[in-house]
Amino acid sequence: MTVTATVRRPDADPFVPRRYVVRRHRQDTRDTFTLVLESVDGEPMPFVPGQFTMMQAFGVGEAPISISGDPADPERLEHTIRDVGSVTRALVRSARGSELGIRGPFGTGWDVAAGRGGDVVFVAGGIGLAPLRPAILEVCAARGDYGRVLLLYGARTPEDILFGDDLARWGAEHGIHVEVTVDNGQHAWRGRVGLVTQLISRGGFDATNTLALVCGPEVMMRYAASALADRGVRKDRLRLSMERNMKCGVGLCGHCQLRELFVCVDGPVLTYDVLEPLMSRAEV
Amino acid sequence: MRTIAEYMPQHPFFQGLDDSMITMFAGCAHNVHFRPGEYLFHEGEPADAFFVVRHGRVSLEVRAAAGPALVVDTVHDDDVLGWSWLVPPFRWTFDARATDQTSATAFDGGCLREKAMADPVVGFALLQRVVTVMSERVQSARVRLLDLYGEPA
Repeated sequence: MTVTATVRRPDADPFVPRRYVVRRHRQDTRDTFTLVLESVDGEPMPFVPGQFTMMQAFGVGEAPISISGDPADPERLEHTIRDVGSVTRALVRSARGSELGIRGPFGTGWDVAAGRGGDVVFVAGGIGLAPLRPAILEVCAARGDYGRVLLLYGARTPEDILFGDDLARWGAEHGIHVEVTVDNGQHAWRGRVGLVTQLISRGGFDATNTLALVCGPEVMMRYAASALADRGVRKDRLRLSMERNMKCGVGLCGHCQLRELFVCVDGPVLTYDVLEPLMSRAEV
Repeated sequence: MRTIAEYMPQHPFFQGLDDSMITMFAGCAHNVHFRPGEYLFHEGEPADAFFVVRHGRVSLEVRAAAGPALVVDTVHDDDVLGWSWLVPPFRWTFDARATDQTSATAFDGGCLREKAMADPVVGFALLQRVVTVMSERVQSARVRLLDLYGEPA
């Protein structure tokens, strides 16, 4: 089962990038940066949390990047990008005032509103917190509609923790139970050291009435989804954001194919009842 | 304040044990308290207990050749700490340091080993629970060794 429909302007050619200007450039960690963009034509880009765009550094190439900004503010397009290759390096080095190309938004969203009236558990690993951020902001904007909300976040080291100010604010102002754990902690680190999935077994949520959203490296998501299902979260209420080699963004080129699915249009957000048989097989 | 025997059945580690086993294990236990910076045990020392942390935070650390100790794991409220008491030669393999005010229940390893040797049903129940803790720790260590959040291959 896919999760929600794509939001895209009906008149837009999905292969033609729109011009965007970098308005803000922030370094989040050693290798991760957030760019705030505004369109040259002044048109906003409505999106649903969980969707991605194809970001283009002109003359270098394109890369699929999840939107990390606030869905209530579609005039400011925000992306959090990790410098891992030639395209992402060019993107993160884009100075304020420079132009980038954007196609999209593409793909399915988290549909976190389906969790209204119940508990919501976000499980993030590494930069996987960025695609979850818009959904967390959506919950914060209507916090009273949800029961207990937990954010369980694993990072490599304390220096790799993303959105530190957000984490503090979500806890203090929105009553979100935020638990952060790191794989490698130094002597001075006062938080948890351990695997993020260990937080799931002890998390205070009603598994029978929980929507769980998971994003991170695929191995981590597999363990997290398994732990959530073991706790009693229904597999169709357990959603994962898959990372694949998206190219066209519209289900034509096949680069992101996962057996019968095109992750760029059927995903990236998919439910665990669909993904479980695909994730557990090496040959797919 | 609840006694150890009253506290134990609510803890996941002891769930499923009958009253007689709870009473038996509680007879090997006493409550302990540690100030921040105080060590529960040191690497290489005889391992003579395991701990159920009731409140607080404990770092499992290994001393480095230079610089501060490396933290390999932390344990928190309701976590179970220590299995070296069950595995010869019964010596701790890490340091455990309280980093917050910590209250725990310490279970005497020698006392438990005696009871396990005397009654295989007790021994199996105990072993099954300790192995579950060991399995979680091994799983955590293995997955973290993969360095999933590190540089993509």
